[in-house]
Amino acid sequence: MSHTEHHTERNSLAYTIEKNVEVRAQKCYQCGKCSAGCPVADEMDLPPSMVMRLLQTELAENDDKILRSHSIWLCVTCEMCLSRCPYEIDIPSMMDFLRQKSRSEKKVNKKARNIIAFHKSFLNSIRFTGRLYELGLIIDYKRQSLNMTQDVSLAPRMISRGKLHFIPDMIKDKAHIARIFKKTSK
Amino acid sequence: MPEYLKKPVNKSSYMKIGIYPGCSLTGSSRDYNESVFALAEAFNIELVQIPDWNCCGATAAHNLNKDLSLALPARILALAEKHGLDEIVVPCAACYSRLVVTQNELKKDPELKNRISEVIEMDYRGTSRISNVIEWIDKYIIPELDGKIVNQFNHKVACYYGCLLVRPNKVLNYDRAEDPQTMDIVMSKLGASPVDYPYKTECCGAGFSVSRTDIVSKLSGKIIEDAEHRGAEAIVVACPMCHSNLDMRRSDINKYWKTEYKIPVIFVTQAIGLAIGLPAKKVGLKRHFVEVKIS
Repeated sequence: MSHTEHHTERNSLAYTIEKNVEVRAQKCYQCGKCSAGCPVADEMDLPPSMVMRLLQTELAENDDKILRSHSIWLCVTCEMCLSRCPYEIDIPSMMDFLRQKSRSEKKVNKKARNIIAFHKSFLNSIRFTGRLYELGLIIDYKRQSLNMTQDVSLAPRMISRGKLHFIPDMIKDKAHIARIFKKTSK
Repeated sequence: MPEYLKKPVNKSSYMKIGIYPGCSLTGSSRDYNESVFALAEAFNIELVQIPDWNCCGATAAHNLNKDLSLALPARILALAEKHGLDEIVVPCAACYSRLVVTQNELKKDPELKNRISEVIEMDYRGTSRISNVIEWIDKYIIPELDGKIVNQFNHKVACYYGCLLVRPNKVLNYDRAEDPQTMDIVMSKLGASPVDYPYKTECCGAGFSVSRTDIVSKLSGKIIEDAEHRGAEAIVVACPMCHSNLDMRRSDINKYWKTEYKIPVIFVTQAIGLAIGLPAKKVGLKRHFVEVKIS
C-alpha cells in the first residue's frame, strides 16, 4: 500500500505521540471499530475513534480537548481497540502516554478524580511494602477520594472469608523498591 | 480421597517450576492460590515462588508512570533469572500480561533495556519462559489427567477469558483474540460442555472495581446475564480480577441491574481439582461470595 507521507506539525500532540509511542494518528481512516468494541465508549466524552480524528487535525484547541478529556482516564486498557484495529494502531499505549501528559500539564479532567486517587493509593501501597496491601489501599483511597461510606459492607465479608489481611505482606528488600520508585519519578 | 493422593510423593520425580503469584493471590484471591497449589501437589509439580517478588505495578503503574511499569516487572524477571527459575507460571492474567509486555518492550529496544537494568540495579537478560495458567495446565496437567478423573465435571459452563489472557494478541501470541478455545478444551476434557459464549473476551471492568464500581457492575452484569441466558451452570475463569468482579461484586451487580443472578464463578484450576476428587475446601471453594453448589 502506498501513502503520501504526511508530516505532522512539530508542536502538535500527534507529533509528540509519534515520537514517544510510535503511534501514527494519520493512519486512522475512521472505520470506528475501536469505538464499537470499546466497553466504556458510552461513558466517554470522546470515544477512541474521535480522539484519533481530533489528533489528525493537529489543532492546538483539539489537542487541549483530548488532554482535558474524561475519556483518557476511562480507558480501562482492555486492549480491544488494538486487537480490532485494521491498522494495528496501539491506542492503549497512546492512552497511557496521554494520561501521563495530561497530568504533567495539569490538565486532568475533574471527573477522573476517583480513578486517579485509586491509582495513586495503589502505587503508595507498593512503594512502601513492595506488594499490594489491600486493606491499606482501601483506607488510603477513602482518605484521598473522601468516599467514606463505599464498600463498608464488603470488608467484613472479605475478612470472614480470609480475603483481607490486617498485616501487610512485605518484601524483604523494601529499600530496593523505594529506590526504583525514586529513580522513575520525574 | 482418591488413592493416588494418599501415596507418599517421590520427591525426585518432582518437577520444579517458578511461580509468580502476584498480590491478589495472597489476599482477595486466596481461593485461586489454594487451587493452583493443590493441583501442583496432586500432579507432583513443585512450584517455587520467585524469592522476594514484588507487585507488577498493574494498571496503576502503566497509567501513571511508564518507566515504573517496566521496572517493577523487570525486577521480578531479573530475580527469576538470578535464582535459576527459567520457567515461570503466572496464574493472574493481569500480571501475566504485564510480565510478557515488559519482556517484549525490553527485547525490542536495547537502549530501554539498559536504562531499566540501571533502574533496577540488576542484570536483566529477558530469558524467562512465561506461561499463563492454561499453558501450564496444558503442559503439565492434561498429559497426566488420564485415570485421575474421579468425578466427571458434567456441567454446562461458560468459559470466560477476559482481556489480558489473550490481549494484546500480537505480543502474548496466545490463543485467538476473538473466540479463544484453550479453556473450553480443558473443560471438555473434564467432561464439561462449554456453551457458545460471545462474551468470552469482553471486559469485566477490571481495575475500576473500587473507583468506578458502577462501570464494573454494568459490564460484569452483561457477562453474567449472557452466561445464565445460555443455560450455563457456572462461569469458568482464569484471572483473579475477573473472579473478584464477577463473584465478590455480585451484590453490586444485582443491585445495578435489579437482578438476582446466582450463577457461581469458578477458577479453571478449581474445576480440575473437583474432577480429580480434591475436597471443595482444599481448592478454596468455600471462600467464594456466590455459593458454589455444583461438584
